[in-house]
Amino acid sequence: MSKAIIEIKQVWKEYGDHVVLEKLNLNVQAGEFISIVGASGCGKTSLLNMLLGTEKQSRGSILLDGKPMPQEPNATRGIVFQKYSAFPHLNAIENVMLGGEFASSPLLGKVFGNERKKLHEQALEMLTAVGLADAALRYPSELSGGMQQRLAIAQALIKEPRILLLDEPFGALDPGIRKDMHKLIRELWKKRGLTVFMITHDLSEGFSLGSRVWVLDKPRIDPHQPERFGAQVVYDIDINSEHKLSHSIQSLIEKQQAAKVAV
Amino acid sequence: MRLMNSKPSRGMRLALNLLPFVILLIIYTLASDARLLENPSDKLLPSWSSFADAVQRMAFEPSKRTGEYLLWVDSAASLQRLLLGVGISAIIGLIVGVVSGMLPLFRATFSPLVTAISLIPPMAILPILFIVFGLGELSKVMLIIIGICPILIRDLQLRTQSLPKEQLLKAQTLGANSWQIMIRVVLPQVLPPLVSAVRLTLGSAWLFLIAGEAIAATEGLGYRIFLIRRYLAMDVILPYVLWIAVLAFLMDTILRLISKRAFPWYHGRGADAHE
Repeated sequence: MSKAIIEIKQVWKEYGDHVVLEKLNLNVQAGEFISIVGASGCGKTSLLNMLLGTEKQSRGSILLDGKPMPQEPNATRGIVFQKYSAFPHLNAIENVMLGGEFASSPLLGKVFGNERKKLHEQALEMLTAVGLADAALRYPSELSGGMQQRLAIAQALIKEPRILLLDEPFGALDPGIRKDMHKLIRELWKKRGLTVFMITHDLSEGFSLGSRVWVLDKPRIDPHQPERFGAQVVYDIDINSEHKLSHSIQSLIEKQQAAKVAV
Repeated sequence: MRLMNSKPSRGMRLALNLLPFVILLIIYTLASDARLLENPSDKLLPSWSSFADAVQRMAFEPSKRTGEYLLWVDSAASLQRLLLGVGISAIIGLIVGVVSGMLPLFRATFSPLVTAISLIPPMAILPILFIVFGLGELSKVMLIIIGICPILIRDLQLRTQSLPKEQLLKAQTLGANSWQIMIRVVLPQVLPPLVSAVRLTLGSAWLFLIAGEAIAATEGLGYRIFLIRRYLAMDVILPYVLWIAVLAFLMDTILRLISKRAFPWYHGRGADAHE
């Protein structure tokens, strides 16, 4: 087995006495597509923030390519949020070029001449890959919700990040558009060999897109002190090898959630 | 149909827009005529012809004493002070507002100070300004700056802080450092709000300008109004007031058009309607 791209070792996340996540031990290989599902408030976002670098784990360590994860967001990890990912004052192609401009012009953050032409070409290629070539000159406010998410994906991918984080990227989209976006992201993932972490609370989305699904939940609950125990990855499901099993587990999870809602 | 649902047509709206002005003019003319009939040398509500004479005298004939065309000299002096004061305030407001909105360390240091300064009524420290900066141009420009700068700083700081944090995180994952984020992500996005904030503070800026000129100046629109008040020269004061309103309206309109032209993404289709 090759070296893992992400190693999560004995990670705890606590806010004061409130344990959010506990005992996380996970390895992720390059090229995996991990769907992270779970009820709201179970620490999905905390986990994503630790991967992004905006929050630090309370205990344990998270390694990226064998080295401790940088404690600040940087170009090794790309992200697409549910919204507000694109910059409203730049048109689509400028949005995609921005990453390259930051890298080659530390002082102005803006490039000119031949260098600009080259970046422009790369950006147009990327926009074509996400199906936005025709909208290159439009501002984000003139794009539909789905197109804005395509733009945000293009913007992140042009930096060729080691891992791509998706924070409920399709949660605000109409069902039809969401299907198109699923197709796009699956295609990009396969073609480019991306390593993806996607948070979603849509179970079927998690199972249909991911090559691996992490289900976060609290295995232990102290009814008098619900904050005493944190959530763990209670199911770590490899979709490719156990496709049939996943369905039974899926129905199990759905039943469990339905029961929770009923309570 | 309910009143709240009936909307005027295009022509009707124009007529309704003009109606109050026409009514005011008619009332003024009637009142002025009535007073002048009783006392031909009445100064409170001059007739239209004495307005015309006064405007002719102030704008198109050289002053007998100095040989200057007073209205234009006054306008130039006032506009210079106003534009200097507002321009400097806008630049300071932009820089300090953006930096303190973006950098928590800077904000912790300077934000309380700015709040404290903004609570001082500027007119109360006008004497201090005259003592410190003398009676020249500087003290009047400073009054405008002290009056509107804290408002601009606080507004820009809030605008900067209310940018979605997703955007700032995204920029970091694109490899940008703080400086690059400031000039490529934050600054362009707070420029349109800066223009609107300047438009809103123009009224206060005029107030401080005229107050400063009323107390110590040798020319300027505010200076002239307060000077001729001694002679109850309403035939000059009213046209001056009207002229100030016209200048203020023009500045506001120009800023609005600049904003529309320069920031299409802010005013464009689909964006939240910003006026």
